[in-house]
Amino acid sequence: MSRLLVYLIPLLVIVVFMLMAHFEKRLAHDPTHRGFFERNGTVLGIVFIALVAFWMLFLVVLPYLYMVQESFHPKLVAAERGGPKDMLTLEQYRSFFIQPTDGEVNTTHLWAFFFSLAVSAAVTVLNFAICYPLAYYMAQAGSVQKVRLLMLALIVPYWVNEILRAFSLRLLLASKGLINQALMGLGITDAPVDFLGSNVGLYVGLSYAYLLVMMFPLYNAVESLDKNQIEAARDLGAPWWRIHKDVVIPYAKPGIASGCTMVFMLSAGSLAAPQFLGGPKTLWFTSIVYDFFFQAFNWPRGAAYAFLLLAGCIALVMLMLRLFKVSLGETIR
Amino acid sequence: MSSRAIIKVMIGFYVVLFFAYLFGPLLVMSITAFNTPSYPSAYPFEGFTLDWFVKLWNHRAMMEGLVNSVIIGIGVICVSVPVGLAAAIVMNQIYYRARSLYYLVTVSPVLTPGVIIGISTVIFWRDFSELTGTRPLLYKGIVLSIFGQASFIAAYCLLIIMARLQRFDRAQEEAALDLGASYPQVFWHILLPFLRPALISAAVIAFLSSFENYNTTTFAILADKTLVTVLAGEVRQGTTPALSALAVIIITISLLGAIAYEVMKRREERQSARIAERAKLAERGELAPGDAAPAPA
Repeated sequence: MSRLLVYLIPLLVIVVFMLMAHFEKRLAHDPTHRGFFERNGTVLGIVFIALVAFWMLFLVVLPYLYMVQESFHPKLVAAERGGPKDMLTLEQYRSFFIQPTDGEVNTTHLWAFFFSLAVSAAVTVLNFAICYPLAYYMAQAGSVQKVRLLMLALIVPYWVNEILRAFSLRLLLASKGLINQALMGLGITDAPVDFLGSNVGLYVGLSYAYLLVMMFPLYNAVESLDKNQIEAARDLGAPWWRIHKDVVIPYAKPGIASGCTMVFMLSAGSLAAPQFLGGPKTLWFTSIVYDFFFQAFNWPRGAAYAFLLLAGCIALVMLMLRLFKVSLGETIR
Repeated sequence: MSSRAIIKVMIGFYVVLFFAYLFGPLLVMSITAFNTPSYPSAYPFEGFTLDWFVKLWNHRAMMEGLVNSVIIGIGVICVSVPVGLAAAIVMNQIYYRARSLYYLVTVSPVLTPGVIIGISTVIFWRDFSELTGTRPLLYKGIVLSIFGQASFIAAYCLLIIMARLQRFDRAQEEAALDLGASYPQVFWHILLPFLRPALISAAVIAFLSSFENYNTTTFAILADKTLVTVLAGEVRQGTTPALSALAVIIITISLLGAIAYEVMKRREERQSARIAERAKLAERGELAPGDAAPAPA
């Protein structure tokens, strides 16, 4: 039953979409007055539609809906699926709040959820602070060649994959790592500082992983600002911080919002940094999801948690966008 | 004046610090690849060795993973570039609210955490392949990884292709149609060649993002392995300088690529400067106008 619904929902959306496209075509003034199939030829038109439909249905929408559907089912072995035990239940979501084993409040998972979102938000702010000056510098001060070189220098480290980057940070921050060696060699500390255990590694790893994701939207946003505006503000006697507060930042707000949204979503969903740079006591929400899949083999509960993560992130991003008065449309442009 | 100088120094200091943060860890890791101790360490430097590169070459799981990664990467290109192209063309031909709805849905996979894409892909294809009896054909790590990765990489391709498509002059299409071309001919002989640079860069980006993806692949790959999931396993178990050796190889390749790109760009710039110069001369009638062909875009 619930699986039928999974197939019906996209069908409904497609119908609505077709109607929208159809009626808006009438409103629009296309000088050539051609329909989609006429403009592309029937065969190519069908190929295009089929490709997009395959992508949207089989790679995006149906998998998402299936995941949601799975999260409302109990954990069953393959043989029992579709049998009498396979009914809809809220058990998986309940277990996020209340431990099924002892009936207590599930503080571990609730804490992990808030911890992940809070750390992701903190990393977003940190990355904004790190990237904004360079983005501004590149956008306003550099010659074309200089900017291109800086861009290349930014991109090159990111061809090295996520795992190796985490590995390299671990080499630096481990108790026998270079930073601790330096600190002890200079006599600043006697015993190695536990950077990984105290989550410093986690923050650094997340911030390092998503620097670029913040940098490019910021750069693009600031770059299109007319330099004369800054010059004018300066001529009117504005100090540098007012120029940023009243001219640059309001202008670049959509870019800032999209950079922040991306960094936040990516760090909340990241797996590598918490796995390899988090301390032994760090519980990251995606790591919990990972464990449900690979250790407990409890896929429905993992799916429920994944869905909660997605819902939590989207809710927070929407709230922030509302708070800073940026529309979603501007962000994803 | 002096405050200007202070600001300049501060900016310089900040830029240096920024790039030290970016390159420092990689530099330290690279040093460990050439140091003899079996635990990766940069200091003290106990002796130069290339053993770790040999060890890397003989690491069977990693080589197996590498082959799978390449297969998946090619698969992702084959799925996501055509899909991205089709999606860009469709996007170009719809209007207003339908368009923004379409955009929102197609770009949403980019913002979805990779973990969720991986999980949902596995769950969907487990049930769907069972339902249609295609389980032995489709429910495989490599196939699922291609599907999972393509779901969001196709959106990257869409954005890249879209950016170029928006500069397409529809008068060209009209002209071809007036000259008696059929629609498929317009597509093959006019639109596709125009989009070729975008298609190539979409393919490159698709391959690279597929190659280094971890969050989605670690779920979708099931019992198989890719280079990145093997690496993750290695890092989890503890570490060897062989990983640093791999990083050195990757860094070297990307640096070479970056240098080649820069050289190419500079040559292009010189060329277009020369062409502009010649155009100016031609305007004054000192050269035949035919010589002043515009630079290929």
